[in-house]
Amino acid sequence: MSTNNHSEQPIIEVRHLKQYFNISTGFFQSRPLKAVDDISFSIREGETLGLVGESGCGKTTAGRTILHLYKPTDGEVIYRGKPIKTAKDIEQFRTKATMVFQDPYSSLDPRMTVADIIGEPLDVHHMYKTKEERREKILELMSHVGLNSEHAARYAHEFSGGQRQRVGIARSLAVNPDFIVCDEPVSALDVSIQAQVINMFDELQDRLGLTYLFIAHDLLVVRHISDRIAVMYLGRMVELADANEIYDRPLHPYTKALISAVPVPDPKTARENKRIALSGEIPSPLNAPAGCPFHTRCPYAQPKCKESMPPFEEVEKGRYVACHRTAEIN
Amino acid sequence: MALLEVKDLHTSFFTDAGEVRAVNGVSFNLERGKVLGIVGESGSGKSVTAYSIMQILAGTGKIVSGSIKLDGQELVGAGEKVMKDVRGNKISIIFQDPMTSLNPTYTIGRQLMEAILLHTDRNKQQAWDRAVEMLRLVNVNEPEKRMKQYPYEFSGGMRQRVMIAMALACEPDILIADEPTTALDVTIQAGILELMKDIQSKIGMAIIMITHDLGVVAQLCDEIIVMYAGSICEQGTADEIFYNPCHEYTKGLLRSIPTVEGSGEKLEPISGTPIDLLNMPKGCPFAPRCDAAMKICLRERCERMEINEDHAAACWMNVRKAVKGE
Repeated sequence: MSTNNHSEQPIIEVRHLKQYFNISTGFFQSRPLKAVDDISFSIREGETLGLVGESGCGKTTAGRTILHLYKPTDGEVIYRGKPIKTAKDIEQFRTKATMVFQDPYSSLDPRMTVADIIGEPLDVHHMYKTKEERREKILELMSHVGLNSEHAARYAHEFSGGQRQRVGIARSLAVNPDFIVCDEPVSALDVSIQAQVINMFDELQDRLGLTYLFIAHDLLVVRHISDRIAVMYLGRMVELADANEIYDRPLHPYTKALISAVPVPDPKTARENKRIALSGEIPSPLNAPAGCPFHTRCPYAQPKCKESMPPFEEVEKGRYVACHRTAEIN
Repeated sequence: MALLEVKDLHTSFFTDAGEVRAVNGVSFNLERGKVLGIVGESGSGKSVTAYSIMQILAGTGKIVSGSIKLDGQELVGAGEKVMKDVRGNKISIIFQDPMTSLNPTYTIGRQLMEAILLHTDRNKQQAWDRAVEMLRLVNVNEPEKRMKQYPYEFSGGMRQRVMIAMALACEPDILIADEPTTALDVTIQAGILELMKDIQSKIGMAIIMITHDLGVVAQLCDEIIVMYAGSICEQGTADEIFYNPCHEYTKGLLRSIPTVEGSGEKLEPISGTPIDLLNMPKGCPFAPRCDAAMKICLRERCERMEINEDHAAACWMNVRKAVKGE
């Protein structure tokens, strides 16, 4: 949802971030899998940046690398003007930046009560003085996400998917963060429950002034919740723009195809059928093509697309695209 | 006569905790060459309805009562011999997860030929040719080469295409697709949906499309059934369901998804949590979560009522409308 009260000051800046995993390809041989390959962007305070792309495009890895759950191969993450480098930086950063995971069924410890799940980050970061204070904090967090105090002594299996995701969100809020990476937080939930959780993200943002990196593959949901949207393909960022702009007027050929493929819940629009068909499959990130990663499937590809990687540049104010032919095809 | 007639179907799972009424009085007809969508959330009974038609329910599941007629032939109580002939030959099913529906130790070709050899009089060579032809139909490149490959060499979208080829190899009258694209990416999903539409118009079989995604049914279906807690709430043509919903649950579902027109407006979620099938309320199963619930909704279940010739719903609100003359 568009909240226009965010400032121009970036809270998170990501510069040339790379995350390569070494994959063994034989005896004593390995090759880097470029999960995230040189992405740069910044998120303003109070903003929601949506990150979309298909499976294997590196969106989840990007979110985790930003939080330094993986050590970045190269590049830097800057939080409020200060680069995160040392172990101490990381520890401090983790009290300001947290994560909500996709699967509320496997991300909660089945042997812990809800109170302990939510209280664990408080224990780790020594954020209370007395038992009483800990208890009060946990109850406050539970009320933030719409859980009752009577839920505190229960176990995760006693809850439905939507309630579990509320527990996960309360846990991520425990350390008083101002930045949350939400990794597909509603895709495991039923349609009628999704809207409850999406609205809760909106309310928490208004109330607590949170900034989100919202990773998802459901474009209608991302567009609803985000101020700006970034699109990734094979570890690269191909387009970044205002949420409505990118949806109504995508510039990159991949974004165009992605948006045209969204199954719109409206039979009349569906009958018009303006889908842009993509040939082929997503190449393996182990054998990413040279040049523009999208050229193997791109309907506009030319020889130069095979040779050089197009730069990710600002083509209009606030609109970034990585395509050699942006001006010609639009 | 309709191709498939399901009448007052009741299917239950008999668990240690008690009887779970997964399907509770479902009736519908499927005409030849039509695409029927069954929409609902987890636990609404949409998949169990399909499994009941195929009679492939898990151990504790049983059809308690009702009738399923295929071309006039009763399938409930018909016995395993009849069902073996029906499955794969007259009705085929494809499942949600193409990663686990194929046997990893056999080649794609062998798995495709198995169904053909079982159900037709073709010899091995003819079955091979037929399998290649089917792969070509579902747009798999280099089908001869692909026949000799194993499932791990296929991507998710390709595996789902193989599953469709397998399901269609014996030219069934009905294809049941149980969330066929849920595990796939949007661009791949769009390709599969288009393929299904395409083949359907070429071969003319009927499709039952089971999904939770209102976007998917809008793309593909002529008629839609909305299910909640094992019962049909509403049934009608796609346009009637999307533009003139007459059950509070359908209305709620449509309000709770983000629209194409844009962001900005708040989503209106359905309050509460999904129903516990072990403790079904007496009245309308949706009443505890319904904002418009009246006293009668808690007391008595509403029967299916015709809204017009293309549309029926089971909601007391329609009666109230009728009484008030609105």
